Amino acid sequence: MNTLTAYILRRLGQFVFVIFTGVTLAFLITNLSPVDPVEQSLTQLTSFGASDPRAVELMRESLAELYGLQGNLFEQYVNFWGRVLRADFGPSLSAFPTPVITLIANAAPWTIGLLVTSILITFVLGNLIGALAGYFRRSRFLKVLGMVIMTINPIPHYFIGLILLIFLGFVFPIFPISGGAQMNRPSGFDLGYVLSVLYHGFLPALSLVLAGLGGWFIGMRSLVSNVVTDDHVLYAELAGVKGRKIFSQYVARNAMLPQMTGLAMQLGQIFGGTVIVEFLFNYPGMGRLLIQGIYRGDYSLVLGVTTISIFAVAFAVLLIDILYPLIDPRVKLG
Amino acid sequence: MFKVIRDLLRYNREFLAGFTLTALVLVFAALHFWTPYPGYNLYLLPPDMPPSSEYWFGTTSRGQDVVWQLSEAVWNTMSFGLTVTILSRVIAISVGMVSGYLGGRTDRVLMSINDTFIALPNIPILLLVYFVLREQMTWPLLAVCAALLGWTYDSRLIRSVSLSLRTREFTRHGVFSGMSTWRILWKEHLPYVLPIIFFTAMNNLIWAISLEVTLSVLGFTDINRPTIGGMIYWANQHQAIISGIWWWIAFPILSIVILFLGLFMLAMSVNEYVDPRSRLDRMGGAA
Repeated sequence: MNTLTAYILRRLGQFVFVIFTGVTLAFLITNLSPVDPVEQSLTQLTSFGASDPRAVELMRESLAELYGLQGNLFEQYVNFWGRVLRADFGPSLSAFPTPVITLIANAAPWTIGLLVTSILITFVLGNLIGALAGYFRRSRFLKVLGMVIMTINPIPHYFIGLILLIFLGFVFPIFPISGGAQMNRPSGFDLGYVLSVLYHGFLPALSLVLAGLGGWFIGMRSLVSNVVTDDHVLYAELAGVKGRKIFSQYVARNAMLPQMTGLAMQLGQIFGGTVIVEFLFNYPGMGRLLIQGIYRGDYSLVLGVTTISIFAVAFAVLLIDILYPLIDPRVKLG
Repeated sequence: MFKVIRDLLRYNREFLAGFTLTALVLVFAALHFWTPYPGYNLYLLPPDMPPSSEYWFGTTSRGQDVVWQLSEAVWNTMSFGLTVTILSRVIAISVGMVSGYLGGRTDRVLMSINDTFIALPNIPILLLVYFVLREQMTWPLLAVCAALLGWTYDSRLIRSVSLSLRTREFTRHGVFSGMSTWRILWKEHLPYVLPIIFFTAMNNLIWAISLEVTLSVLGFTDINRPTIGGMIYWANQHQAIISGIWWWIAFPILSIVILFLGLFMLAMSVNEYVDPRSRLDRMGGAA
């Protein structure tokens, strides 16, 4: 077995382990908590009126069946796995009778679009500026830019979003503050709709970019300023390799490797930030779905979104890990 | 230790600035012990007063003084953050140092668990915990949950330092003179790992506080306990932005930004202190 196959198999094993832990964790949290979801949903339902004891009893049974809460703990666990693997989380209580998975399927493209766009911009921009700042350490402009980026860096997503929303949404109403696209516009692949999506996504994406830029910048700057002093760079300089080539092929490429690993490690965090930003801008993605589910006491929706996001993040990490050998030939050669 | 801090204060401008900002916020938070209006007492004062000489930061729509409430909020938020940081440091240090020192199978197993926890999205899991616990979700419980999720990144960092210490001469001396593994880790390795622990602790504190702020802004913590996020939650509930009560939102945001800047500068300057190459660079020598 060559090293590349071994590497991919190891990553796959890690992927399975992450999914297993995540799903088990979600199951344990929901089942070992002192609050009974069936009773909780019942209280919520009966507070609106209907309280015929027989009807309540019937509802209790059907809810227990719906949530897969019949049998002992182990049976419930196996049952839960079955439902997760079939991606069947039952109907949503707050949007009855739409299945949870349909709600998630409608929301997922928004989140994926927002995430992929903002991660790409953040990663490329942060690393580029960071690499330049590490390479041209005497540049005054890059120093000032670095200071600005680092000042924004520790501010939480929510506040960056809120400040943007107040200034570019209320004080100077340039950008829309809510929704994923113009309302009443039929969704389709025409120019107007795409523009509207980009226009609405601008502030959420900008919040994510501003919040994430600093991390890549700081990491890349210190990596590059370490690589610059390496022997192979000095040798290339003495051998008369062009500066541009040294920067992109000798320095930046080497420094990129830990950053790629870092990206895989940060995905879970970045996803968390998106949840908040989506909620703030009322963006129709999975984060808003999750938070609305919590406000409405929608058990199956919350459990569904959490489980699916564990899957999605683990899958994205796996994808980055599998693409990693493309930029790091050492994995292939062993 | 104190000598190091004194030198840093004297020669490192970033450390001095970070130290001053953090201390400023802490002093402000400590003032809440002398607050005339403890907790979330409502309608003690005329609502919606703009900042003035009587109410420095104005009053809320709920008739509270923003200055005193913010002071208590910063205190509560800080104590949450510190609890998370201390708890998660215990896990991160033990896992990182043991994993790095022992290596081999132990290292592989521990790092596999570590990588698994890294890949789990924190916010959805914490939201799920809140969802099933609701009112029974107290802040110490939330702190424990956050600590259980927040150690992974740092334990990898600590492991990498520990890994390099393992092959050093003095470790071998320790082993051959019959020191136990725990004694080597505790007496010999810990002092070398301390600076990186301090660096990760600052970052973890920032992470924990922003987590708390985020969750309480959404109303997913005990909303009757003043916190920075909680203040913004109530401001949002009263449509403070739309009705122009800007001071209710601006001052909590300002306090967080100042605090984070301070902590962040502390972390960065200590990181530089640890890394001799950037220290040389600062002094103008050739790196």
